[in-house]
Amino acid sequence: MAGKPKLHYTKGRGKMESIRWLLAAAGVEFEEEFIEKKEDLDKLCNGGFLLFQQVPMVEIDGMKMVQSRAIANYIAAKYNLCGKDLKERAWIDMYVEGTTDLMGMIMIIPLQPADKKDKHLALIIERATTRYFPVYEKALKDHGQDYLVGNKLSWADIHLLEAILMAEECKADILSAFPLLQAFKGRISNVPTIKKFLQPGSKRKPQPDEKYIANVRKIFNV
Amino acid sequence: MSGKPRLTYFNGRGRMEPVRWLLAAAGVEFEEKFLETREQYEKLMKDGELMFQQVPLVEIDGMKLVQTRAILSYIAGRYNLYGKDLKERALIDMYVEGITDLMQMILTFPFLPPEAKEKNLESIKEKATNRYFPVFEKALKQHGQDFLVGNKFSWADVQLIEAILAVEEKIPAVLSAFPQLQVI
Repeated sequence: MAGKPKLHYTKGRGKMESIRWLLAAAGVEFEEEFIEKKEDLDKLCNGGFLLFQQVPMVEIDGMKMVQSRAIANYIAAKYNLCGKDLKERAWIDMYVEGTTDLMGMIMIIPLQPADKKDKHLALIIERATTRYFPVYEKALKDHGQDYLVGNKLSWADIHLLEAILMAEECKADILSAFPLLQAFKGRISNVPTIKKFLQPGSKRKPQPDEKYIANVRKIFNV
Repeated sequence: MSGKPRLTYFNGRGRMEPVRWLLAAAGVEFEEKFLETREQYEKLMKDGELMFQQVPLVEIDGMKLVQTRAILSYIAGRYNLYGKDLKERALIDMYVEGITDLMQMILTFPFLPPEAKEKNLESIKEKATNRYFPVFEKALKQHGQDFLVGNKFSWADVQLIEAILAVEEKIPAVLSAFPQLQVI
C-alpha cells in the first residue's frame, strides 16, 4: 500500500483520465479516492492538500502533485516513456500537446448548451480528420516504425490511442481515411498493460453521463 | 546567423512571449519573423511548416517546434533551467502550470467585449492574490532561498517574474501583500 500512487478526482474521466492511462500503460498499480460531493473537495482544499486549490491531485513518491501536465510529465519520465534525449522528448511533447488539444475539445461536449452541441461536434470531427490525425498518420508513414517516436513505446503513443478511442466515441468510423492509424490502434491496444486496461473491470472510466455531469457542475460550481 | 533560434509569430506578446522571456533569461540571442498578413500565415501552412497549422513556431537545433509548452520544455531542458532531477522538475512544472493558468486570463483579456473586461479584471486580481501569489510567497518564505526551486535560477522563476509584471500592468498594487514577491 505504501508506495502506490493515490489519485484524487471525481469518478470520471476529465483531466485525470490521461494520467490513469499513463500509469496503467507503465504497469503501475494505483489507488483512487473519489470526490463525490462538494464537501470532499472542500476538505482537500482546507487541509492544504491542493497547491492551487484544484484537482487532479496525485500523491506519488512523497509529493502531492497537482496540474495534470506536471503529473503526467513526472510519470512519463519516471517510467521511461518520454524518449531517450531532449529532441525525442520535444517530439513527444509536440504530439501530446496536439492530442491534448483534440481531447480537450471532446471533454467539453457535455458542457455545451444544447443548441451548440451539433456545431461543436462537427468542429471536433473536422479538426480530428484535417488537423490532427493526418499528422500522426504521416509520422507513421514517414518512418514506417511501430511507434511515433524513437521506435519505442512512449507517452505520445499512449495518448494518441486514448484520443483515437475518444474520437471514435464521437464518430465510429472517424479513422476510415487513416489506414496506418487503424493498424496503430490495433497494435498499441495489444500492448499487454494497455490491453489489460482496456478490459472491463479496469480503472478506465466510462463516458460521462448526465448524472455525472450534473454532479460535477455542483462540486466545481460550473 | 545560422544557429540562432528563429521565432515566427505576430509582432506582439500572445503565446510567444514566455518563449522570448526564457530565451532571453538563458542568454540566447534569437531572430524573429513577424506575421503581418493573412497571406504569410497561409503560406506557412501551405509549405507544411506548422505541424498543427498553428503558431508559435520556433526553429531551433534543426527542428521546427510548435506548441508553446513543447517549445518551452525544450528550451528549459537545453539551457539547464529545469532543475537537477525529476522531483525538482516536477515542482518547476507545477509552478509553471499554475502561472500559465493565471497568464491565460491576462492573454484573453484584450479580446473580451468591453462589458466583460471589468469583471475579468476583478477575477484576475482575485485569482492572483488568493490562489497563485500566496503559493509562491509561501515557497520563498519557507526555504528562504533566492529562487523558487533548488536554490538555482529556473524556468519557474522566469515565468513568475513575467506573470508578476503582466499582472502589475493591469493591477499596479497587486503585490502589496506579498513582501517576498516584491523583492523578486
